[in-house]
This record gives sequence, C-alpha cells and structure tokens, in this order.
Amino acid sequence: MHIVYPVVVSALLFSIGVYGVLARRNAILVLMSVELMLNAVNLNLVAFDVWLRDRLHGGQVLTLFVIVIAAAEIGLGLAIVLAVYRNRQSIDVDRLRDLSETGASEEAGPPEEPVGVGEDADREARP
Amino acid sequence: MTFEAPGFWPPSGPEVVFLLLGVVAVGSALLVVTTRQLVHAALWLVLCFGALAGGYLVLTAEFVAWVQVLIYVGAIVVLLLFGIMLTRAPIGRSADLDSGNRWAAVLVALATAGVLVSVVVAGFGTAYAPLEPGQGAAKPLGSSIFRTWVLPFEALSVLLLAALIGAIVLSRTDIRGRE
Repeated sequence: MHIVYPVVVSALLFSIGVYGVLARRNAILVLMSVELMLNAVNLNLVAFDVWLRDRLHGGQVLTLFVIVIAAAEIGLGLAIVLAVYRNRQSIDVDRLRDLSETGASEEAGPPEEPVGVGEDADREARP
Repeated sequence: MTFEAPGFWPPSGPEVVFLLLGVVAVGSALLVVTTRQLVHAALWLVLCFGALAGGYLVLTAEFVAWVQVLIYVGAIVVLLLFGIMLTRAPIGRSADLDSGNRWAAVLVALATAGVLVSVVVAGFGTAYAPLEPGQGAAKPLGSSIFRTWVLPFEALSVLLLAALIGAIVLSRTDIRGRE
C-alpha cells in the first residue's frame, strides 16, 4: 500500500470538513463537519502507524483515544446546542452574535435580533 | 522506513479497494456538507464513516475499524439524529443551510486542500508499507493499551465521566447557577 493514498484521502476529507465548518449555518451540521475533520485525522494516524510499524501501536491507540474524545465532544456539543435552542428557538450560528461588538456588527451588516428571548437574567443585561 | 516500493501502476488489489472506498468516503463527505436536507446529511455521514471503516480494514487496522463502526456509526450518528429531532429541524428541503460566506469557505477549503495534498505528495510520495494482516487485531492492540498506554486510557475514562456529567448539567433546566 502506498502511504500517499490514505494520506491524500485524509487531506481531502479534512478540507471538506473545513468547508463544512465555515459554510454551514446549522450548528448540528457544523458538528458533523467537525466529525469529518476528526475522521480525517484518524485515517492519517492509522496510515502512519501502518507505515512506521510502531511496536507500541501508538497510532492506532491514539486513534481509539481520538474516537473517545470525539464521542465526549459530540455529547457536550449537542448539550450546548440544545441549551441554545431552548433559550432562543434557533441554532443558526449566524444569528448568535450577542458577543460581537455592536459597532462591528453594524458595519458587517444589519444586526439581527435573536428569534426567541428566554428568561435568563444575564441576557436581559445585554446592551 | 522505506522498502522496495513497487510502482504506482498497476495498483495492487488492496490499493484498488482502498481507492474505491476513499472515493466513496470523499464523495459522501461532499454530500454531507452540500446537501439541502438535514437528515440526509446525517445519513451520508453514516456512509462516509462506513467507507472509512472499510479503509481501516484494508489498512489492517481491524480493531479500529470495528470501534469506528460501533462508536461513530452506532452512537455518534444516532446522537446527531437525536439532536436534529430535538431542535425541531425541518425534515424536508431547507434553503438556508448555507451561510453567506459560502464562497469564502470554498476558497479556504480549496486552499487547504491544495496545501495539504501538495505537501503530503511531496513528502510521502514514495513511502510504501507492505500490509501484514494481524498488526491491528484486538490482541496486540489490547496488550499495548493496557501496558504502555494505560495511564492515558484511565485519564480518558475520567474525561468521559466529566463529559457525561457536564452534558447532564447542561441539559437539565432545574439546575441553576450560584446566585
């Protein structure tokens, strides 16, 4: 097996994941693209482990660790997405711009109001 | 580590299988990031992860392949589908899944692909590894996890526990912060 094949496939998958993270608006689709990027890294690790014939199997063990970390990440990420959805009835990442400077967002475009306003006290203090 | 590398043509049988699986994986990943239907994106993700698991099998990493099937295809995609349903996403076509900076994203992704592919082709164009079955079976992998890598393994179990508790705290509504 030429190592360049899996490595090129993983590079292409990674850049597809980059495109997805940058271009998608739905937060769940962004999470899916992050998973694509993590899978690209996993394929890289397995390919180099096979190439280097690591006696400790560092590449494959690290792949397993990355899979576990991806599971933890997707669990926490979905919990955060659901909390955002509960508070504002929208998971559109383009509209979650409460943390941007008001001047900068006015320059970038018309400021969009969040669709739903929850009952949290900290967001009522928002300017 | 270099061996007597055979030429790129003709490709050997495993290479042909891997390249076909790679085409499936890259194509379904493209559909994940371009499809207009949210549920279809999750299902294309299943195909992409399945093709990658096949690629791991070809690369003799059997245990990683089955873990990939179990955790990614089994758990993570189901979790994503639950997320799609709990956020009451539209099931049919929706026109506004792409943001306004789509063309900038295309540009960045093409630049990333160009840089990465040219670097790895220049760096590893002649690298060759003969495939030996049994390298990534459960036995050698398990013995190296529980001998050499046992400390990060235990640290990861603590991390998973922390992530679990964190997800519970985040998703329950009756836990308030300290006033």
